[in-house]
Amino acid sequence: MKIEAVGVVVRYPGLGRPALDDVSIEVPPGTLYAVLGPNGSGKSTLMRALLGISPLTSGHVTLDGRSAGGWNRRERARSVGAVPQSEAIAFPLTVREMVAMGRYPYLAALAGESAVDRAAIARALQGCDVADLADRDVSTLSGGELQRARIARALAQEPRALVLDEPTASLDIRHEMGILELLRSSADEGMTVILITHGLGTVAQFADKMLLLSRGKVAAEGVPTDVIREDVLADVYGWPVSVHSDPESGAPRVTPRRVASF
Amino acid sequence: MNRWGLGALLVALLAVAVLLGVRFGSVRIPVSEVWAALTGGGDATTRDIVLRLRLPRVLLALLVGGGLAIAGATFQALLRNPLAEPYILGISGGASVGAVLVLALGWAAAGSWVLPLAAFAGALLAITLVFRVATATGRVMDVRVLLLAGVVVAAFFSACIAFILSVSPARTIQSAVLWIMGSLAGATWRSVIVAAAYTLPSTLLLIALARPLNLMAIGEDTAHYLGADVEGVKRLSLIVAALVTAAGVAVAGVIGFVGLVVPHAIRLLVGSDHRALLPLSFLAGGAFLALADLVARLALAPTEIPIGVITAFVGVPFFLVLLRRSVSIA
Repeated sequence: MKIEAVGVVVRYPGLGRPALDDVSIEVPPGTLYAVLGPNGSGKSTLMRALLGISPLTSGHVTLDGRSAGGWNRRERARSVGAVPQSEAIAFPLTVREMVAMGRYPYLAALAGESAVDRAAIARALQGCDVADLADRDVSTLSGGELQRARIARALAQEPRALVLDEPTASLDIRHEMGILELLRSSADEGMTVILITHGLGTVAQFADKMLLLSRGKVAAEGVPTDVIREDVLADVYGWPVSVHSDPESGAPRVTPRRVASF
Repeated sequence: MNRWGLGALLVALLAVAVLLGVRFGSVRIPVSEVWAALTGGGDATTRDIVLRLRLPRVLLALLVGGGLAIAGATFQALLRNPLAEPYILGISGGASVGAVLVLALGWAAAGSWVLPLAAFAGALLAITLVFRVATATGRVMDVRVLLLAGVVVAAFFSACIAFILSVSPARTIQSAVLWIMGSLAGATWRSVIVAAAYTLPSTLLLIALARPLNLMAIGEDTAHYLGADVEGVKRLSLIVAALVTAAGVAVAGVIGFVGLVVPHAIRLLVGSDHRALLPLSFLAGGAFLALADLVARLALAPTEIPIGVITAFVGVPFFLVLLRRSVSIA
């Protein structure tokens, strides 16, 4: 699926500057597109704007060339899976029950799961390596296991695109890399992947293209070496950094520098 | 536990609750005579007690208890909070203001549907206030803010009732006490029909919303991403749950904690899938309130304890345990 945003402006009532100001992106199928930026730069708002939660003040979003507003909810959910940053799970829920929620857009109000649904759930559990945890309550999972279960739920939607908001935040490197490898291979199979992240250096190894947001505006966009640059990052984050090329992968690597007088 | 097994068990429990409710009271009636009365036989006095007093009272307990339980489960899903409950959120209080106001103004005589409608208006007002207060602090609803909002709104409605009663004649005060303490003593076939007319269709509608409510219980953004009509489901289920609460308050006054205790117990037994949770909560809530009413009638017979006292004695310790747990998680 191709996801495209043109001149998107989102203004929350009561706030001075817009949360997103003239942001345009184009993400073709098979692309892993990383969205970066400091806290409050509009990353999560971009996700909510692309998927129809935050109303656009101006600009437009198209999914596969069709205006996002023209998709009905269930149809959209069958094509785009999304994992928001956090969820407050207040009630007992097993991993399987959580992943099965991904079948919602396929099921009638009181219908049971069909064989097709069960197969999709099993594939998603397998694909995210949480099949062994299927009967566990989600409150007993580690951070990495919970994120994989949430991604499995999005995969159970059998979407053609995935949008994820910081799925690797607070994970150790093994789990972070595991999730990034999973997203990379999904993209290689033709999935459109939009990944919102704080992991400047790590994600540069995986992303085809990157978008750097700063105070709601596009600060840089392009292949990782166009975006991960000392001058650009120092300006956006307000902190000096060094960027080196990783000797093995060739991807840019970011090292924040010490500042003598802080 | 298997949800169908639990369902069968609860239906059996309901039948037992009905039987006990009809048998016991100031006069004990043997099962054989209960059966005779139900099938149109037996002596006239027994028939009168069974058919005109006890049967409507038990049926009203089933409807009100079931309605409060399913309303509680719905509020819990929408607010993602196991502590949400019509009484704690001040929604029952809002409904009782509506009911007391109608009584004080003497409008109740206009028809048996007036009181529930006024209670409904009060409940909607309460829900709006609680949501406004609870969401004023940001997009994410904090447990503490929500409970505080409920307390404040309930206090406001208590003040409203106290005001209305202070300017009303003594006769009104007497009948209004029912709405503050909760009682099934006024049960008539007419109140059973009114409660059924509001509660049963609402219950079916909420059960039909079980699947989107499952998603809402995880988060509104998540529910949206999975294809649910978040605003539509939220509005419809809040209004319907308020209507069920209001119907209960209109016929039996303010009865607290049923909506807290019952859904929690069912969740422990069969999990949080609302397709099972909602219908099972309805059955269990009915059985719970019918049995609580039995205790209210028999514990200090011939004096009757207000039923809200019984449910609070069970519910408050329960609430404190849940509160402690949810605060330690947050």
